[in-house]
Amino acid sequence: MGLPKIKQDATEARLSALDLPGGEGWTRAAREDALSRLQAAGLPHKRDEYWRYTDPRSLVEAEPPMAEALPEGDEGPIFGAHERLRIVFNDGQFDADASDDLSLEGIEIERLSQAAGADLHWARDLYGTLETRGQTPVARPLATLNTAFAQDGILIRVTGRPSKPVSLIYNHISDSSDVFLHHCVKVESGAELTLLENGAAAARLNTVLEVEIADTGKFHHVRAQGRDHARRAATAIFTRLGRESVFKSFTLTVNGALTRNECVIELTGDDAVAHVAGACVGDGDFHHDDTVFITHDAQNCESRQVFKKVLRNGATGVFRGKILVKKDAQKTDGYQISQSLLLDGDSQFLAKPELEIYADDVACSHGSTSGAIDEDALFYLRSRGVPEPLAQDLLVLSFLAEALAEIDDETIAEDLIARLEGWLARRRG
Amino acid sequence: MLEIKNLHVKLEEEDKQILKGVDLKVEAGKVHAIMGPNGSGKSTLSYVLSGRDGYEVTDGSAELDGAEILELDPEERAAAGLFLAFQYPVEIPGVGNMTFLRTAVNAQRKARGEEELSSGEFLKVVREKAKSLKIDADMLKRPVNVGFSGGEKKRNEILQMAMLEPRMCILDETDSGLDVDAMKLVADGVNALRDEGRAFLVITHYQRLLDHIKPDVVHIMADGRIVKTGGPELALEVEKNGYSDILNEVA
Ligand SMILES: Nc1ncnc2c1ncn2[C@@H]1O[C@H](COP(=O)(O)OP(=O)(O)OP(=O)(O)O)[C@@H](O)[C@H]1O
Ligand SMILES: [Mg+2]
Repeated sequence: MGLPKIKQDATEARLSALDLPGGEGWTRAAREDALSRLQAAGLPHKRDEYWRYTDPRSLVEAEPPMAEALPEGDEGPIFGAHERLRIVFNDGQFDADASDDLSLEGIEIERLSQAAGADLHWARDLYGTLETRGQTPVARPLATLNTAFAQDGILIRVTGRPSKPVSLIYNHISDSSDVFLHHCVKVESGAELTLLENGAAAARLNTVLEVEIADTGKFHHVRAQGRDHARRAATAIFTRLGRESVFKSFTLTVNGALTRNECVIELTGDDAVAHVAGACVGDGDFHHDDTVFITHDAQNCESRQVFKKVLRNGATGVFRGKILVKKDAQKTDGYQISQSLLLDGDSQFLAKPELEIYADDVACSHGSTSGAIDEDALFYLRSRGVPEPLAQDLLVLSFLAEALAEIDDETIAEDLIARLEGWLARRRG
Repeated sequence: MLEIKNLHVKLEEEDKQILKGVDLKVEAGKVHAIMGPNGSGKSTLSYVLSGRDGYEVTDGSAELDGAEILELDPEERAAAGLFLAFQYPVEIPGVGNMTFLRTAVNAQRKARGEEELSSGEFLKVVREKAKSLKIDADMLKRPVNVGFSGGEKKRNEILQMAMLEPRMCILDETDSGLDVDAMKLVADGVNALRDEGRAFLVITHYQRLLDHIKPDVVHIMADGRIVKTGGPELALEVEKNGYSDILNEVA
């Protein structure tokens, strides 16, 4: 295999604990292809450059670490007031009773686990394709593992402008659930979709979302990652954008022991726009990693990354963001900012912004800061009678506001702010 | 209401004494003014009274209604009825002015064991008070002080004071940066709050504000002490002759 022994052993140990899900046809072929790619690449190890700041061990080991699910009702409803098509998974198992009817004008929705025999050209062409493309120049073996072993997922083809968002709701039930979900979205030319995701999902969750956006298509994505304390998640988004298309993704993370969110964006049509943003708040045993790779391969495209992390009691935040501008991607506008608010000296933020530019007419900027709470602002609030913990939380919200402003839909943004406020209030006791 | 005795304060981080024995007594219902050269310690006094970090009280005391306040947290002092209108109001991006006001009002009510205001009630009161200070809906919605002009910030301080209804109000150069009309608005705001149970300590460099807010007592502060105390005429004297005569006289 040519892999270091330690990697080979770890990969074999993991694979021996898994069975390729059943089914014949195109899904089987895609899974087998992924399996052989994975055997060649091996699972990540903390000595890999790409995992330098985040130890992947608990994401890789055969036995998932246990994570207690939050008591029912503890995770307040989110997106609740929003008209949406609800699709519910419990520990990765589709829950037909809790889900809405999967039909909506302007889109086709299929389930991965049911798709094997179906003649879904668009899904067959997409499943694992963007994930495979995303393996260069940096390997992302956890996503390959997902392509091989995904239990289920949603396949969506967007042909029009559906009246409401599709909302994926993930409930975490068992303390030892180990879940792979793989979703594909094909946005056809001129079509538009908003996808919502929320919930803790599992003790250990691995998701892949592949989004192909044709010319002038639009895709909005907002997710709130579950706040179960000990849960672990590795998520990867792969997207490819055609001419004048738009991709916008926002992730809110509160709590969770380990989160690695990767986002791989390829701008392949002129005048396309891709924004990816995130806000997270972590306390104590919390490690949150945003790893973004944006490739500009067309002219006059805009990309924007805005990430904000609030860390306390020894929490760790990681940001790796790369903008690669290829030779012919003239007039690229690339922006990247990552900031952390460290509420104490134990917490740390590791940022590695990277620019690699081969075109000559581009405007790219990046910045990264790490700071403590603004003492003047804190005193100002306290002098008005706001108790210190509440004053601090207001400043936390204030710090995150710039990232939350990346969400276009105001009512959705308000939902996320309410989620944050609730979490902060419970922390205060 | 407020009684400061022999207050000595140095900077926590360096060996620099700033207040060198301040004695001051402000009775309920009264307006006291403090004037004094730049750097004499006026803002420091206001910060120490409201509980800002970075200062060390080396001697003396400050009591509000007979209770020592120097050991209290800033929010406890606020709940006890102390308010400081800042010389340099702080900008807080991302926190709406309205949210800020409501949080402050309700936190104080809660600390005093009173019912929180419903958002309806709160809105009604804010709108009314904002209107009299010519603070428009947009300023209420915007993040606290962000992008406010100097004068708007000062008016916003007075709005906070009007909402919080403190009993001991300290105004640190609230007149600086105000145009003539805004000065009048601010003075009207202050005068509207004047009553038997409330006292004001107005720090200023100019007689102009005192034309509108008539002080009962005027103090001159220099080099960390109150060096002279008198009636409103003292402010006029400063306006006319500057500080040198007074400082020579007490030296
Ligand atoms: N944190 C600090 N660090 C260093 N010096 C300080 C600090 N705070 C106050 N001082 C010094 O203490 C002295 C008193 O300052 P203060 O701001 O109280 O003066 P003031 O009377 O309010 O002046 P002004 O009329 O200019 O507002 C000044 O010399 C100032 O430089
Ligand atoms: Mg001053």
